[in-house]
Amino acid sequence: MPLFKIFKPEFLSYTATDSGLFKSLFNFKKLWINRILILLCVALIPLLCLTTFTFLVIKNDTEIEIDLRTIRQVSNAKRTISFFVSERKAALSYIIRSNSYEQINNNWQLVNILQSLKDSIGGFTDLGVIDASGKQIQYVGPYDLQNVNYSSEEWFKEVVIQNHYISDVYLGFRKIPHLIIAFKHTLPNGAFYVLRATLETERFNRILSDINLSGSEDTFLINKYGTIQTPSRSHGNVLSKTALPVPEYSEHTEVMEVTDSQFRKIIIGYAYIPETPFILMLTEEKTILMQPWRKTRNLIIFFVALSIIAILVVVYRVATHLVNQIFLADLKRVSTLHEVEQSSKLASIGRLAAGVAHEVNNPLAIINEKAGLMKDIFSYKEEYKHDTKILGLIDSILASVERCGNITKRLLGFARHLDVSIQNVDIKAVIEDVLGFLVKEAEYRSILVNVDIEENIPQFETDRGKLQQILLNLVNNAFAAMQDNGHLDIKIRRVEHDFVAVSVKDDGSGIPQEDLKRIFEPFFSTKTKTGGTGLGLSITYGLIQELNGKLGVVSKFGTGSEFTITLPLTNISKKR
Amino acid sequence: MKILLVDDEQELVSTLAERLSIRGIDADWVTSGEDAMEKIQVTTYDLAVLDMKMPRMSGLELRKKIQEIKPQMRYLFMTGHGSAEDFYSASSEEGADCYLVKPVNIDVLIAKITEILGQYTGSLN
Repeated sequence: MPLFKIFKPEFLSYTATDSGLFKSLFNFKKLWINRILILLCVALIPLLCLTTFTFLVIKNDTEIEIDLRTIRQVSNAKRTISFFVSERKAALSYIIRSNSYEQINNNWQLVNILQSLKDSIGGFTDLGVIDASGKQIQYVGPYDLQNVNYSSEEWFKEVVIQNHYISDVYLGFRKIPHLIIAFKHTLPNGAFYVLRATLETERFNRILSDINLSGSEDTFLINKYGTIQTPSRSHGNVLSKTALPVPEYSEHTEVMEVTDSQFRKIIIGYAYIPETPFILMLTEEKTILMQPWRKTRNLIIFFVALSIIAILVVVYRVATHLVNQIFLADLKRVSTLHEVEQSSKLASIGRLAAGVAHEVNNPLAIINEKAGLMKDIFSYKEEYKHDTKILGLIDSILASVERCGNITKRLLGFARHLDVSIQNVDIKAVIEDVLGFLVKEAEYRSILVNVDIEENIPQFETDRGKLQQILLNLVNNAFAAMQDNGHLDIKIRRVEHDFVAVSVKDDGSGIPQEDLKRIFEPFFSTKTKTGGTGLGLSITYGLIQELNGKLGVVSKFGTGSEFTITLPLTNISKKR
Repeated sequence: MKILLVDDEQELVSTLAERLSIRGIDADWVTSGEDAMEKIQVTTYDLAVLDMKMPRMSGLELRKKIQEIKPQMRYLFMTGHGSAEDFYSASSEEGADCYLVKPVNIDVLIAKITEILGQYTGSLN
């Protein structure tokens, strides 16, 4: 069985139609869908709004947290680098002030100074003394740079003007990336010399790599032209031009977001390092930084999805239950309406029958009296007294009048019982009344009706009209199920002392097993095409319940059905 | 035994009266309540057979009026209508001895009259 059929609400099978009984039913499909949509809106809109709001708040918080963390990291690195450079600058300044030119220009002395610097604060590669002409007159270090002329070097020109200078990282004469700190010292005679120290870039690089705590960041230095000064993992080699934009100058540490050539969003934390040409850059892919937020987001999505599934199930069940209750009430309403309609129709028929009977009874009575008078006259006049033919004809008229009289009396009796409620009822008389209506049909169709009534059935109090309607419905149904030449058995038995059982058994088409459970449901009919309403047995069942009785059925498809009603013989009104 | 038959169907009531007369029951007939009242003023009847539904004055109304002037009279109702109202109205009427639905069998009618008055011993005359 398809899944939908299992969960398909019952009322979906009863769609409102343009005609027939169901035309007055509500459109339950529409009602059901509307209820589901309204309930879903009420439940889901706040949930989705809250979820979206939570998403945005968490995302915003995460971004703020990332910015603050980046600023913290960059600021720490800036202080470290700034301190590193300042420390070495101060050391050189001290050396140039505390030593005479002769001492500094002495190779042996310069070796000692370099060694002292390496031993104390470290980070120095070499030292050199350059005279005013730009010639390196003293050099201690691993390279052969004695007597090299720096007069045309940019840094030399700068230091002559500014008295001190910190360079970018550049190749220089040694063709190895390095950076220098240079101090100009003017002698009493007006001449000057420059003390120049090369800093170990390895030490510099180590400081920066130590900042990469999580391993996913890339921390490096660039100069104001965007040239990379220290090794970068993903933005190019040392002394190459970075693809990242050179950030605008700011005294403080800043954070910005850029999109790289591969359309990745990059968070950049940067700081201009004071008194140096360096800009400290800390970059990290935003996707990696937002990883915790994504985890939270996925968790929220999971729980929201679970909630939505739960809401869907609950909404489906609630809406279905609600609409089903309305549907059942509506079915009851339609059924009651139909019942009232039927009762009113029966009452109208009753009134009509009574009217017709009255109108017919008067002329019948006249015929009766006239024929009676004729008979009286013929009976006492000698010449006709023995005319059996004339007397026979009159008797025939009188018999026909009596027959008509019986018919009208039965009609009147039927109409009268519609109005009367509880009374003493002789079940045999009721059966005879009911069969009286169907005797002609039985004759035409050659249906043999066999009535078997047990002797000791007493009269009992019940609603004669209802009992009559119950039996009429059952016998009518049996007639409808039977072919011509069928057999109908009506048996009345006293059971369990206080009950009377009336069984109506036919040899008609029978009821299929799958339909047997539903035959008492309102609107269940296999004869809808031939005008069946599906209410006959339902109404019958209701009437029997009103009489405190029970209705049972035994049926075999193709063989016939037996309906048995059991009614209490004790006072029904007392029970009520 | 003197009987008054009241029914708006003249053909019926006249024939019925004749048939009763043949059987030795002295029966007068009228076709309205008003005529019946006139008759009663001048003649004494033992029993009145009244049609329940008549124009202007119904059998029940007529009975009430007769009751006022002839309280000893007995009644028998006859109707072509068999509604519950008729049945109950007739049954609850004090002094109403029987309720017959038309067409009435003459023998049944005489049996009822006899039962009420206990006097009839006649036969076809």
